[in-house]
Amino acid sequence: MLPLVSGAPLAEPEAPHKWRVAIRSYLRHPAGMVGLALTLMMVVAGLLADVISPGDPFRTVADPLLEPSGSHWMGTDNLGRDVFDAIIHGARTSMVVVLGVVAIASVIGLTVGIVAGYRGGWVDDILMRITELFQSVPRFFLVLLIVALFGAGLDNLIYVLAFTSWPTLARVSRSEVLSVRDRVFVEAARSIGATDRRIVLHHVLPNVLPTAMVVIALTGSRIILLEASLSFLGLGDPTVMSWGYLVSNAQRFLRVAWWMSVFPGLAIAIAVLGINLMSDALNDVLAAYSKVTRPRWRRRRVVRGAAAPSLST
Amino acid sequence: MNRRYVVRRLLQVLPAVASILIVTFAVIHAAPGDPIVAVAGESGNEEYYAFMREKFGLDRPLHVQFVTYATNVFRGDLGTSFVQGQAVTDLIAERVGPTLLLMGSALLVSTIGGILLGALAARRPFGPFDLAVSTTALVGYALPVFWLAQLAMLTLAFRFGWFPIQGMTTARVSYTGWAHYADVARHLVLPSLVLAASEVALITRIARTGILAEMNSDYVRVAQAKGLSHSSALLKHALRNALLPVVTVVGTRIGFLFSGAVLVETVFGWPGLGRLVLSAAQTRDHPILLGMVLLVAFSLVISNLLTDLLYARVDPRIRYR
Repeated sequence: MLPLVSGAPLAEPEAPHKWRVAIRSYLRHPAGMVGLALTLMMVVAGLLADVISPGDPFRTVADPLLEPSGSHWMGTDNLGRDVFDAIIHGARTSMVVVLGVVAIASVIGLTVGIVAGYRGGWVDDILMRITELFQSVPRFFLVLLIVALFGAGLDNLIYVLAFTSWPTLARVSRSEVLSVRDRVFVEAARSIGATDRRIVLHHVLPNVLPTAMVVIALTGSRIILLEASLSFLGLGDPTVMSWGYLVSNAQRFLRVAWWMSVFPGLAIAIAVLGINLMSDALNDVLAAYSKVTRPRWRRRRVVRGAAAPSLST
Repeated sequence: MNRRYVVRRLLQVLPAVASILIVTFAVIHAAPGDPIVAVAGESGNEEYYAFMREKFGLDRPLHVQFVTYATNVFRGDLGTSFVQGQAVTDLIAERVGPTLLLMGSALLVSTIGGILLGALAARRPFGPFDLAVSTTALVGYALPVFWLAQLAMLTLAFRFGWFPIQGMTTARVSYTGWAHYADVARHLVLPSLVLAASEVALITRIARTGILAEMNSDYVRVAQAKGLSHSSALLKHALRNALLPVVTVVGTRIGFLFSGAVLVETVFGWPGLGRLVLSAAQTRDHPILLGMVLLVAFSLVISNLLTDLLYARVDPRIRYR
């Protein structure tokens, strides 16, 4: 292959440079930084769960239904378990689930979306039919059914949630690919003999990733809520501590122990809010530095209606 | 809205229904273990299993089973709950009323409230009210609805004693006529406000965006140039056209309203589908959960159809290409 352009896009500057600028502008985004801080809190709590709160969070450590105090920052629950410890371990569960689901769903979703968008034709049709298949069924109830049928272990949970999350990502990445596929620099690369694989990896993917990242972040926050709802209904993994389980446990003791409900719920809200803020900030930052120039009136938001809401889809 | 559009849109219902049936069928048959367990539960005896096997044609080839399944669904036979021993359709039909009441009132409150808040926010974009509304919405997205329900119960019911705590009617007293409706209404306030709160954020955002877009359009500018006041322009022109996206969104939110209702009902002891789903989830009662998937899925299909048709009726630009 002639070193004419050496694989770099004809009209656009190199990718790494753009990322550094984007990161710097993210650091200047106040809401984004707050989101980053909140998310980091959750990640750190999850990673260092055994350090911050050593021991089994399910064990009794004190008298039941103690109010928050110096020795038990968030009080104890009806079985004498420390609520703070439980929340820290719940953070680990949430983190594991989110990372697992996001990893699997991203790989599947991006692959399907890029292949469908790039190939077009009957491949596209089939893949899109499959995607639509999943989008016609209400996600929350489908997940309930699947977990009830397949079992509620953490592994199963991750597979099920990933299984129902990849279609959205596939759609989004496909539409991004469609908008990039016919651009001049792709045509130029193809005309100098770049293989499809090279085009996809070097030109298509870098343009799909920004939008995909925003959607992935939103998927993550949605998964936290979904996992919490499942645990709340008793369909979570009973061997690990989960925020949803804590909130459901608090139900019977609301009158006497407000801390059993308030703190776990706050944890969920903070984790979700953190990720939502981050994805909003990502959206703003990436819109400003979008590789593919869009008409002026479209420049504000890369992903329309980002930070869309709660539970399932 | 022309005849062609209506017909084409109605035809689109068929593949949607087919997908729902295919996906649910696949899920049930992909489950580990003997499918007979998925259909008949774990505690049946040989006779019962043989009966169910015959009924569902479980030893027949897959596509025959699918046809049996589809026919059963359309006949309203969704199987029997092996935990409760009753037909799934009956169980769901018993409880669907209160849930629809809850969903309906939440929908009403969130739509009206959302439009109002959106309009007020759009009056002065990026002004203090707008920012307050946006921030509240942002935080609101992050709150799990079942936790919001508990918070509401903690503050408004327990602390201040303004509202009853559980159920749909006051126990130990049976009212009739108007007193009964008033009693139900009193119990309805808290759950429906909580459910509405989780929806209102989105509606507000959409209303606000829609109104702002309309306010910037040519015809509104002309009207204002001719002397129409800002507020009148908002009310008489922008609002009307911004309602369309709101209506569309509402149709797609039925799925969320159902799941939100289920969660809120478990907190408030509302005698609707929530409790049914909760017990089915805990006892792994698949037929009921399958019934819920089908119910909500078909409701979604219908509500999307209705919103599309309504949209087409109101917006003369919609034609089927």
